[in-house]
Amino acid sequence: MIELKGLHKSYITGNNKLHVLKGLDLIIEQGELVSVMGSSGSGKSTLLNVLGILDSYDNGSYKLNNTLMSNLTEKKAAHFRNNMIGFVFQSFNLISFKNAMENVALPLYYQRVGRKTRNKIAMEYLDKMGIKDWAEHMPNELSGGQKQRVAIARAMISKPKVILADEPTGALDSTTSLEVMDLFREINKSGITMIIVTHERDISEKTNRIIQLKDGIIESDLISKN
Amino acid sequence: MFDTDKWQEIYYSLKQNKLRSFLTAFGVFWGIFMLIVMLGSGNGLQNGVTQGFGDFATNSVFIWTQRTTVEYKGFPKGRFFNYNNADITAIQKNIKNIRYLAPRLRAGGFGGGDNVIRGLNSGAFQISGDYPAMNLIDPINIDKGRFINDIDIEQKRKIVIIGTRVQEALFEPDEDPMGEYIRIQGVYFKVAGIFSSKKSGEQGDRENQGIYMPFTTLQKTYNYGDIVGFFAITAYDNVSVSKVEEETIKLLKQRHLIAPEDDQAIGHFNVEKEFKQMKGVFLGIDGLIWLVGIGTLLAGVIGVSNIMLVIVKERTKEIGIQRAIGATPVKIMSQIITESIFITAFAGYIGLVIGTGLIELVSFALIKFEVDSNMFRNPEVDFQVAVTALLILVISGAFAGFIPAKRAVSIKPIDALRSE
Repeated sequence: MIELKGLHKSYITGNNKLHVLKGLDLIIEQGELVSVMGSSGSGKSTLLNVLGILDSYDNGSYKLNNTLMSNLTEKKAAHFRNNMIGFVFQSFNLISFKNAMENVALPLYYQRVGRKTRNKIAMEYLDKMGIKDWAEHMPNELSGGQKQRVAIARAMISKPKVILADEPTGALDSTTSLEVMDLFREINKSGITMIIVTHERDISEKTNRIIQLKDGIIESDLISKN
Repeated sequence: MFDTDKWQEIYYSLKQNKLRSFLTAFGVFWGIFMLIVMLGSGNGLQNGVTQGFGDFATNSVFIWTQRTTVEYKGFPKGRFFNYNNADITAIQKNIKNIRYLAPRLRAGGFGGGDNVIRGLNSGAFQISGDYPAMNLIDPINIDKGRFINDIDIEQKRKIVIIGTRVQEALFEPDEDPMGEYIRIQGVYFKVAGIFSSKKSGEQGDRENQGIYMPFTTLQKTYNYGDIVGFFAITAYDNVSVSKVEEETIKLLKQRHLIAPEDDQAIGHFNVEKEFKQMKGVFLGIDGLIWLVGIGTLLAGVIGVSNIMLVIVKERTKEIGIQRAIGATPVKIMSQIITESIFITAFAGYIGLVIGTGLIELVSFALIKFEVDSNMFRNPEVDFQVAVTALLILVISGAFAGFIPAKRAVSIKPIDALRSE
């Protein structure tokens, strides 16, 4: 499903070259529930951006669903992001001028699905997330947990192969965090691969595999008991 | 298909900073408004001046006599001479490409004493002896009756066609002048027609104070013998009258024993040249109007482009989110360019409507208050020009949006997402 071989990535800031990912080898199978841990600067966010085709890499290879992700045109990249990947961000990243339902329906808009159809599908997903009643609300009228549910619904609506979550619980209180994690586990059971970047131990403990990053290399890769 | 999401986003984007959106739109509005008002005024000026020409055949020339300035074949310089009836046939026979030839004689005029009498009324009027062709070279409106015809010329009929001002001076308002008699030079003439000028302003006024009679009748009445006052000549449409003018003058010089190099002896006025010169002036004015108008418009459009850049910068993160969940660069660019076109076209359209409205209002006022000016009349804007202007707006709107749109997609999605 996801196959990384000798992945290198460095940033150039002025005259300094910052080597962030130093040759990662990683295979994640379809249907896994993985968490990526590490202190800040360990390269976990960079890894997630490369996996999400939001950023490019310098060396090595990245195969998603057996397709090599390199030298993509921005159009192709957008297409892959739209069809294969769902994103969940720490700061939710909802579009402020669209209500919950429209936010969820947005990926389908880019697939040229008609407005009526996509809004109907969006309602189904909001129902699954248990926030159907807030469909007409704007993002600034929702609580953090509700916003993240909307974001998760949006990530799921295009039926992606993998959902990438970048500190999804970073802005939520512990009760809501656990609720969101339960939601993730449920989604994972339907066969969607989940990769969650976090630095909270109790979050990673809810996943089936914990990858620990340190200074751009994999320090440990543990299959956990649950 | 109407893309609700696209317009929702445009509405949101413009609503974010209403004053800024308004000022930006105003720049474009002002540009197109100025262009339209200036074009309309330019047309008004042009209409006013060309109206002074009436339906004058512009490829015409007038040729009259002056004093010779060169000694020739034993004649001294400073000699007066006259054209005669034989010149008429000679010109007709020898000069090609003449469409109309109208010899003319004039008698009286304002400044002179009263020369036309009817009962107790009298007046001083310009009296012209004309051929029927004159009405084809420098046309007038025949309001009643008819103009001079060939039989009038042949039979030297004592008839006149009088101008509206002549009618007012000699007849009571409820009187019908047709068939009545007026006395000129002691001879009674029957009124066979009433005319009004096609020209406006002072020129038209002067023409309306004129009386036309058959050329031959005037020669006889005033005892002019076979003298011809001057010639009015119109060339065929596809021929330049300047060539005809040159040939005719050469012929007349030969016939009246004038030195070929004597340019002063024969006076001539080429309407075509005059007309071309005037056209040139208007072309210049038009060019200036477009230059200034397009310049103003360009300033407005650059304003739009600038603001779009600011909007793109403000919304970098949103654009980043959209790209993360699958918006293609084309989609993002089309969104920004549509927004830019929308501002430009919308503001421009309002400018177009208000500008045209103002022009129409002025036009209406001119008619309502019966302003008859030689310089300004019937300002108007071509429908075609309006459509062209709108087209220019849409295209320039697209251009204005293009650079900001490029900027929006040139940032990597991840950098866009990170920006706050």
